[in-house]
Amino acid sequence: MESPATYLDIGFISISLPNLLVVLAMIGAFVAALLLPFPRHKTLPPGDGAVAAPPAESASEVNNWTTKVRRMLTGTWPWHQLLPDRQPRFVASWMYIFGVGAIAALIWIIGSGTILVFFGPTWWHVSAAGRLVNSVHFWSVQVFFFCTVVHLWGQYFMAGWRHGRARTWIIGVVIFAMSIVAGFTGYVSQQNFDAQWIALNAKDAVNSIGLGSLVNVLDYGQMFGIHVMLLPIVVLTLVGLHVLLVRRKGVVRPISDESEVAAIAGAEGGK
Amino acid sequence: MKAKNLDQDRYYRGVPMVAYDLIKEIVLVTLGVGLVVLALSFGLSSPDSPSVTIKGWANADPADFTTTATAELAGTSDTAQYGPPYTDQSGSVQALGPVVPQQWAGDAMHIDTAQEFVLGPLATATAGDQALQVALASFAGATADQQQAWLTAYSDALDKATFDNNTITVAAGDYGPVPVLMQHELTLAQGGSLDGILMAGSGTFFQTNYTAPLLFMGDGGYLESLAEPLHLTGDRWGVMNETGNYPGQTWLWLYSAPYQLPPFNTADNADILVVMTVGLLTLLLALVPFIPILRDIPRWIPLHRLIWRHSASSDGGDA
Repeated sequence: MESPATYLDIGFISISLPNLLVVLAMIGAFVAALLLPFPRHKTLPPGDGAVAAPPAESASEVNNWTTKVRRMLTGTWPWHQLLPDRQPRFVASWMYIFGVGAIAALIWIIGSGTILVFFGPTWWHVSAAGRLVNSVHFWSVQVFFFCTVVHLWGQYFMAGWRHGRARTWIIGVVIFAMSIVAGFTGYVSQQNFDAQWIALNAKDAVNSIGLGSLVNVLDYGQMFGIHVMLLPIVVLTLVGLHVLLVRRKGVVRPISDESEVAAIAGAEGGK
Repeated sequence: MKAKNLDQDRYYRGVPMVAYDLIKEIVLVTLGVGLVVLALSFGLSSPDSPSVTIKGWANADPADFTTTATAELAGTSDTAQYGPPYTDQSGSVQALGPVVPQQWAGDAMHIDTAQEFVLGPLATATAGDQALQVALASFAGATADQQQAWLTAYSDALDKATFDNNTITVAAGDYGPVPVLMQHELTLAQGGSLDGILMAGSGTFFQTNYTAPLLFMGDGGYLESLAEPLHLTGDRWGVMNETGNYPGQTWLWLYSAPYQLPPFNTADNADILVVMTVGLLTLLLALVPFIPILRDIPRWIPLHRLIWRHSASSDGGDA
């Protein structure tokens, strides 16, 4: 694996074989998720999935800021929506697995990153155990972006933003963008030739838009701090918000159900 | 009521429900991803090409090092001519029409390449070295025009210089004290002292800011000579690529692509053009739900029929 990669030159495109394999695998996963049969579950009796009303407020309960926030939270995210034990029958495609796959990869990223931070930035260069943990960090990042990209493709072709889910989509795109910045700060924090070269080249783009005096990609301390503290907080917060919005609204109904949804909305509007 | 305001109870009216275990799904997928990651980690490890030091550079390519150091002293290097945030020049300043954001904050991280990369480090090595003391005093006492005349002549002579036993030999000429300065600079670098001196420039014990040594190395051609065979240069989709035979940052394809295409690949302000273009495209992606055509494509390319092929309300059977 230490030998230089093989590169394919097609017109203006020059791509390494490993990169091409990743891209082809992503496309393959996307196609497989489209086509592979999905295990189906027994349909529950109608009405069993009804959303329960929030618990009635006790007559003796004080009406203060805390109780107001509690009522708002429990009304917005009742437990059976936060931790559901049932879901619509149409959620029967491998396409749905990539969102939770990205979260699973994020768990491995945070775990391996925590160990790397604990032992310091030079540890993984000089020990076999450190190299292994760094490898876990490296490959979980690859899996994270793999799942995130396929999730994005899937949500696009499901038009996942419909019926009040635009915020969920926008936050998803922001997560993707912030993850790229997190990945970049990680690459320039590696303390190896890759980090030196990436930082030297990236400085021109950062400087060109006037951020060079604020964001110095050649300052390892700044990049490392942003990578291990600031961006994980940002990404985890946004992922949490993204998941909360998904749990609040539920997964979007199929595009072929547009008339049914319109009929429900119309009927509710007439009441 | 609008569809976006329906609660789940109403939104899913008429939709068959199936049993689901969220926690089990998260646990199993996390374990599955872990198995994949561990298999890749044990099987393929991860890339780690050793960092380059100034010592390594000066020993591997003394000619490139000396040429670069001479340019730093003359103020003609890329860094010296760069512009904000490093200098008050304009060599690498990029504009978007009349807008020049690079100049907004000025040279906030001012770097005097002659002083910080050459004269300052040499001044730390004068103890017991009469020749170096005299050379530094001679250079400091000369007029700016005289300094430039020496440096220009020496820089030209370096094209045909030899570096036998790390001793720089150039054709006879009027170079003033410059040959002595450059020989000492090379010796300082080859011994490893210059790496430490450049990092200690701020005068504090703890160091994490590698701006000075990285800019110095970037001004030479050595790093690029290492990056070029690895396909790491910008004109070869370099930002996507990785050292060794590993996948790189494939997710940066959109950022890499414009650098390969006109008008970006020939523009002097390619960086700001690409950053603004990719920023605009990212904004469009975020706003897809509100943009006609972009939000309609999923209906025109009905992959959703494959994803939801079991969703018809009449499809009430069980597998």
